[in-house]
Amino acid sequence: MSRPLIKVYVPLDSAARALGADDVADAILREAEARDLSIELIRTGTRGMIWLEPLVEVDRGKGRIAYGPVTPDSVPAIFDGSADPLGPVEAIPFFARQTRLTFARCGVIDPLSLPDYETHGGLIGLRRALTMTPEAMVEEVKTSGLRGRGGAGFPTGIKWDTVRLTEADRKYIVCNADEGDSGTFADRMIMEGDPFCLIEGMIIAGLATGATRGFVYIRSEYPDAIAIMDRAIRIARETGLLGLDILGSGQTFEMEIRIGAGAYVCGEETSLLNSLEGKRGVVRAKPPLPALKGVFGKPTVVNNVISLATVPVIFEKGAAHYADFGLGRSRGTMPIQIAGNVAHGGLFETAFGMPLGDLVNDIGGGTASDRPVKAVQVGGPLGAYFAPHQFDTPFGYEDFDAEGGLIGHAGIVVFDDSADMLSMARFAMEFCAVESCGKCTPCRIGAVRGVETIDRIAAGDRAAPALLTDLCDTMRDGSLCALGGFTPYPVMSALRLFPDDFGLTTEAAE
Amino acid sequence: MRQTEGKPQAEGIHDIIRSLQHLEGPLLPILHAIQTAYDHIPEAALPLIGDALNLTRAEVHGVISFYHDFRTTPAGRHVVRLCRAEACQAVGANGVAASVLGTLGIDWHGTTGDGRITVEPVYCLGLCACGPAAMVNGKVIGRTDAARIGRELEGLT
Repeated sequence: MSRPLIKVYVPLDSAARALGADDVADAILREAEARDLSIELIRTGTRGMIWLEPLVEVDRGKGRIAYGPVTPDSVPAIFDGSADPLGPVEAIPFFARQTRLTFARCGVIDPLSLPDYETHGGLIGLRRALTMTPEAMVEEVKTSGLRGRGGAGFPTGIKWDTVRLTEADRKYIVCNADEGDSGTFADRMIMEGDPFCLIEGMIIAGLATGATRGFVYIRSEYPDAIAIMDRAIRIARETGLLGLDILGSGQTFEMEIRIGAGAYVCGEETSLLNSLEGKRGVVRAKPPLPALKGVFGKPTVVNNVISLATVPVIFEKGAAHYADFGLGRSRGTMPIQIAGNVAHGGLFETAFGMPLGDLVNDIGGGTASDRPVKAVQVGGPLGAYFAPHQFDTPFGYEDFDAEGGLIGHAGIVVFDDSADMLSMARFAMEFCAVESCGKCTPCRIGAVRGVETIDRIAAGDRAAPALLTDLCDTMRDGSLCALGGFTPYPVMSALRLFPDDFGLTTEAAE
Repeated sequence: MRQTEGKPQAEGIHDIIRSLQHLEGPLLPILHAIQTAYDHIPEAALPLIGDALNLTRAEVHGVISFYHDFRTTPAGRHVVRLCRAEACQAVGANGVAASVLGTLGIDWHGTTGDGRITVEPVYCLGLCACGPAAMVNGKVIGRTDAARIGRELEGLT
């Protein structure tokens, strides 16, 4: 036991666990014991390079060296020094090309160590916020250009200001962690890898708006994220980060976790508020805006996980630093999630503006199946499909809008040429039918009719495409929320871009 | 932890309600806790919840039936959740599902005749860069196929 302590970092992130990280961690402990080596095993979040998971980092006193993907069988070779290392994570091209602001600590620290969090820049933002007036705090967020990362892209500072200026005996911060969009996992990753960052962001939101209570509404499909957030909140309470006297400032903020129950529509903010209140997760008509009349009828900030988790770094480094990144009205960085049939899947945080094709082919390395890319769906099940001829579209809110799509929560799902776009369009309608809350007719009935109409197209009905287009117009213009309103995006983009899959010539589709 | 073990059901449900009733918006936490304890929400719970929260039985039923997670009958002893969302479809999830369901001889939401296995669809586990994704009794599995699911279920009675 006289040799220097070796530190070994193994992710506890659920993607890493799904690929065997727990078995690898066990094998590392066994191997160390067998060799009578003194090691410290630290479970971290993921660095976001999922194709390399389980990715193990070993620090023998000269910095962290990565290995991956590691299996229990390859553990002895790491100890022998005969395994091929990937080098420092920061030197791996996928990582080196990123700008990590929101995810700076994710995968680096022990997610449940508050001292680790502080050593890596945590709580600097909150300490600065505590010296500012609420008005100045809101101004800081406005200056940063931060927009809602959940999909809608609404300026966060303006939302906060509305709540700040609304008089009420109680106000709330609600964190929308109902990340149901296929192809997205950024919320899960930050909650599992850096939970204090979200807590710090929520406290700052509370200080800026006068809200003293917070809820994190996490989907039930994320049991690991729920467990880690729960423990982090307990630690924050015990250490006086949360409670009646935040860091000795005399200010109050308390928060708790609430668990969803498998309804996709509860990612829509008004439906989420109903769910929090213990009701059916039915969408509410707006107005009133949640900022004026939200949960329990009180003024409420509803922000996505990434929006709130980005607040600490804005206060730590200053709004101008954050706003320096990006393009046009899309300021700062976006954690882009590259998923589906892709060689290098994972989370890539970068300034807005990188062309879609670079993300798919250059960063993502093309398809995992080595076949040509046929389409990518951006922004979850309500996002449009893009074909390779649109790959020069820069990644930004307005740029995607101009191309008839949306960036949503910034998930990119890659499909190879074996994908059948008619069945993907049918799936979009089917999903909408399953998940519709039932409040508005265009969504509730339109989605069912959509499935039927696509089946008619598949059966060769030449009149059906025009009917589908008309139905999609009705859903888009007449639905209460984005579920019915945006389902036409994947459906119509598939029909427009891939008429062959619908048994149509290009002319007939237009 | 089953806080209700060994107690008559109504008493156990009362205990759960009492322990959570103080929360703001307590209904979902109560329903989750009852389902954790009994693996479903027994019919007998509805009037008890209604009384405690000043809701009608119909209102409680309305909430239970809205959410996919809540069951009014127990599931099989082992629950397999297979992701059906787009990212997993892009890497062959439909084939995996067809094979698993075919082998077990059931459809989505179905339970095998011996009450051993229930298969449920799930729309995204957040494992979109390592699909097809599945969850077997709460354990997450990435890059899965039907054979892997079979191995996970092997030896489970």
